[in-house]
This record gives sequence, structure tokens and C-alpha cells, in this order.
Amino acid sequence: MKKYTDTGKKDTRSGFGAGLLEAGRRDPRVLALTADLKGSVKMDAFAAEFPERFIQCGIAESNMVGVAAGLATTGKVPFIGSFAEFVTGRVYDQLRQEVAYGHTNVKIASSHAGITLGEDGATHQTMEDIALMRALPGMTVIVPCDYNQTKNATIAAAAFEGPVYLRFGRPSVPNFTPEDEPFVIGKVYTLNEGKDVTLIACGHLVWEALLAAETLEAEGISAEVLNIPTVKPLDTEALLSSLKKTGCAVVAEEHNMAGGLGEAVAGAAAAGEPVPLAFVNGEDRFGQSGTPAELLAAYGLDAAAIVKAAREVIKRK
Amino acid sequence: MTSIDTLQKTASQVRRDIVRMVAGAKSGHPGGSLGITDVMTALYFSEMSHDPATWTREGKGQDMFVISAGHLAPVYYSVLARSGYFPVSELGTLRKFGTRLQGHPCVTDHLPGVFAPSGSLGQGLSVAAGMALGKKLDGDPHRVYVLMGDGESEEGQIWEAAMWTPHHKVDNLIAFTDLNGQQIDGPTETITGIDGLSDKWAAFGWDVIVADGHDFESILQAFELAHAANGKPKMILFKTEMGHGVDFMAGTHKWHGKAPNAEEMEKALAQLEETLGDY
Repeated sequence: MKKYTDTGKKDTRSGFGAGLLEAGRRDPRVLALTADLKGSVKMDAFAAEFPERFIQCGIAESNMVGVAAGLATTGKVPFIGSFAEFVTGRVYDQLRQEVAYGHTNVKIASSHAGITLGEDGATHQTMEDIALMRALPGMTVIVPCDYNQTKNATIAAAAFEGPVYLRFGRPSVPNFTPEDEPFVIGKVYTLNEGKDVTLIACGHLVWEALLAAETLEAEGISAEVLNIPTVKPLDTEALLSSLKKTGCAVVAEEHNMAGGLGEAVAGAAAAGEPVPLAFVNGEDRFGQSGTPAELLAAYGLDAAAIVKAAREVIKRK
Repeated sequence: MTSIDTLQKTASQVRRDIVRMVAGAKSGHPGGSLGITDVMTALYFSEMSHDPATWTREGKGQDMFVISAGHLAPVYYSVLARSGYFPVSELGTLRKFGTRLQGHPCVTDHLPGVFAPSGSLGQGLSVAAGMALGKKLDGDPHRVYVLMGDGESEEGQIWEAAMWTPHHKVDNLIAFTDLNGQQIDGPTETITGIDGLSDKWAAFGWDVIVADGHDFESILQAFELAHAANGKPKMILFKTEMGHGVDFMAGTHKWHGKAPNAEEMEKALAQLEETLGDY
């Protein structure tokens, strides 16, 4: 199996901060807006270098979305940053009307996504945001897996014309993708080739999928690992080609079942390559307080859960 | 400057357009559109610096306008068409399948003159504030205008924008509220009282101007006062009458969202002079 090395744990939100700064240096149209969470969403460096292009919006997310849509209409490329729940569920109607329907070039920087936000508890841990954003016509949904990929995806999002939802998180996680690999929106990244089962993941669970593949290899099971950061639009061709080869798959994500990557894959598979599928996700639950590690274990969002699901789904082939 | 006589004649034609469009669509919102017709006529035919021939959605080098109360689409479409953004013959397609004149304004069909979609209330002030800030960042001296309904000020987002805009000294934003005292379920005072809007906006740091929305001199003077580059955004409260210009529609919420039938349309048109030719 192909070897991946963790070059040192880092938080993906810091990858966003680094990518935003780089995007800002490349393009003077790039602006950063936040709703009183500049430090949390890692906009500090951008704000220090480009003070006139950093716009503080205060604790008023609805207004921030509208202001960003207005700025985008005049030709700017605004990134709006807050916790995932507060830039999706709280402002769904504003995003729907002024960003998606209005087709404004707004980039939604969604930090602290998923259960690994940790100790703040369920009010702040959204496991439903991918579903909300996938449902919006014309919205591009990106869930990068580590620091490097989040940085590169941020740069790609800034250069892309159209609304983008960019989801990342708070905890430090292994950093293993190439440092300067240009991010291609819409691409399925095949991290390992295999023939018995396809392990599909996005975000923090991609590393867990790689760990799971190692465990399965030791059992004599050859697992293909797909990192699918662009949840929408989904590269159906690459996905179905892998499903056809292995004949079954496990889809893992730090999100609930409804409307997530799992259902996106299931929809594509049902229409084009109906093979047995298994799912590792938050099911239909809210989170709770705890450390990220405690929560991932308690909710079954780790390599062990992926291994177990893989063994079972292979039997259904 | 366009003469008041010309503005009055234009407004009469715009009112005819509104009645005919909504009757033709058999649904829509005539009351609010008729009530704000004089203000919108003054805006598009005298106040705003705009050119349909060179219009782009980015609005560079021109004034921009957002209709936050998107249900006022009939008056908006009429002044756009009469300004030359698209053929007046297209007004007859309002709300019909395949039209660019959707029930509420949108940008997906690329209708010239429209900068932002609206319909879900309370959002346009924020969008216009963002456009105005964009102009400031670009050093573009032009202004951004936004129309809101008075019932719309019951939306919370309005007050988020009310706080944010003065903080960022966005003084090239001219917001105006159609103070007709009516909303779908009845007189505004019986739904959720919004009395004291003038004091409310002033307390948030806005320059507040009160004007008569059916007196062109008053309307134009209010816009002139709103040009002050004093670091403060502007809010003009235009006192209007819903359904103005058609006696049986005037002063009541009953024509907020109801189309006239053929007989009612003829009765209304008899009260409105055809000045520029019907579409």
C-alpha cells in the first residue's frame, strides 16, 4: 500500500488562514469578512497585511452575507468566515437568495465544522451543513482533508468564479497531502489503489480511511482509498469507475447521514453502479461536549469503524 | 433636471403599466407599487445617474439600486422599461412562464437593470450597504439606493444593517422606506407597531429625512439633502398612500396582493392618463 507520512499535526482552519493570505497577495479583489471570530477562523494574518480589505461585521451573520453579496456584485471576492453552523443554518435564506440564486462570487469559509469542534457542545457542532449547502443550486461544496489541502483549496476557491462552500475544522489533525499540490475543484483524489473495497472519505476522516486501509491490508483485503473533497459537483465518472472495480464501498464523513457525502455517493451509485455500500457518519444525532478524540470514538467516526464497515460490506458483494 | 410636469406624466403611465401588468398576470402586488410610483419615477427619471446603454451588473461608474421589497416588482419593471433597459412590450409577460419578469426580481434571467434578487424580505439593505462599500473601496463616487417597505422593518436583519452601516461610515448609501402604514394582514400598527421609525434610525446613527412621497418637489428635495458626504448613511422616510392614484385601491391593505379583474382594471385605467403610450 502507498505510504503517507504525517508531517506534523495542524488544524485545517490554519490552512484556510494561510490560503486566504496567499489568495489575498495574488488577487487584490479578495476580501475577508467575519462576524466577531477573526482569530478563531484565522483571518489575523490577512487582516494585519491588508487592513483595508478586512471587514469586521460584528455578531450579525445575516447582514454579513448580504454585505458580502453586495461587495461581490461590485466585483470583489469576499470570504465570509464564522463557525460552520453560523454561516449555514443561521443564514440559509440569505445564502439561498443573495448568494446561490443571486449567483454572487461569495466564498463561505466554514470553520469548526463537525463534532470535533469539541467542548462547546452541540449548539456549535453542526453535522448538517453539507446537506444544506449541497441542496443549493449552483453551490460548490468543498471539504478538504488536512492543512495543506485546505490551504490549496482556499487558493483555488478564490480563483474560481461562483459561490463556494469551504468546510474545515478546529482540531489538529495529520498533515499528509503535498504542500504545494494545486487543488483541482471537482477532482477525486485516489490515495491508494485496491481491488476488494473502496474507502471513500472527505475532511478529517480521510486520514482514518488510510489507517483503515493499512489494517485491512494486514488482513489480506486490498482497499482503494478515495479522497473526495469536492462533494458537489461530484466527479461521478471517477467514483463509478472505482465502484465498478471493487464492487463495494464504505463512505466516511464527519457529518450526519442526511444529505452528506454518503448520500451523494449513494445517489450516484444507485443510478450508475449499484453496488453494496456502508456508511460511517454521525447517523441522525446531535453532538455533545468532549474532546475531539473522545467524541470521534463515541460516535464511531474513526479507522476502527471504517474497518468494521468494510469487512461487512465485502460480505454483501 | 427633469421637469415636475414630465415626472407627473411619466408617473401616470407607470401607474397604468402597473395596473395592466398585474391584471394581465392575474396575480401580483398592485397596492404598494402604485403607492411608491412617484418616488420610483423621481429616482429613475431625475435622481439617479445611470445609463441603460452601458449598464452592467457590477454597476461601475453608475448609481446602483436594490429593491429590497421585491414584491414591488411591477413598479420596478415599469420604470426600468420606460428608462430603456428592455422593451416596454416585455412588461406584458410579468409572472408568465418563460418571462424575465419573474414574480419577484431575479438576476438569473439577466434582466438588464437588476443588480440583486429580492423577495425574501429584510435582505436588500445589507446587500446595498455592501455595494456602497464596494464603491468606496474602488474610489467610485457614485451612490447606491435601496427601497424597503415599512412592514419590512419588522425583519431583524434590517437592524443588523442599521448598526453596521454607520459604523463603517458608508455615507454613499441612500435607503428609503415606503411609509404607507399597510402590510398584508392589515394596518402596520395592528400587526407589529413600528411607530417612531424616524427616532429609531436616528438613534442608530443615520441621517433621517422625512418627505411626502406624492409631492415631487418634496421627493427631489429629500434626495438632494441625502447627497451630503458627512460620514453617515441616509434614510428617507417617504409618507405614501398604498394604491395611490386609483380611488378604490387607495389607503387600504386589501390591494396589497390582489389583482384587479377586467372590469376593475378598466375602472382604474379611467383614472390614469395615458401619457407615453401603453405597452
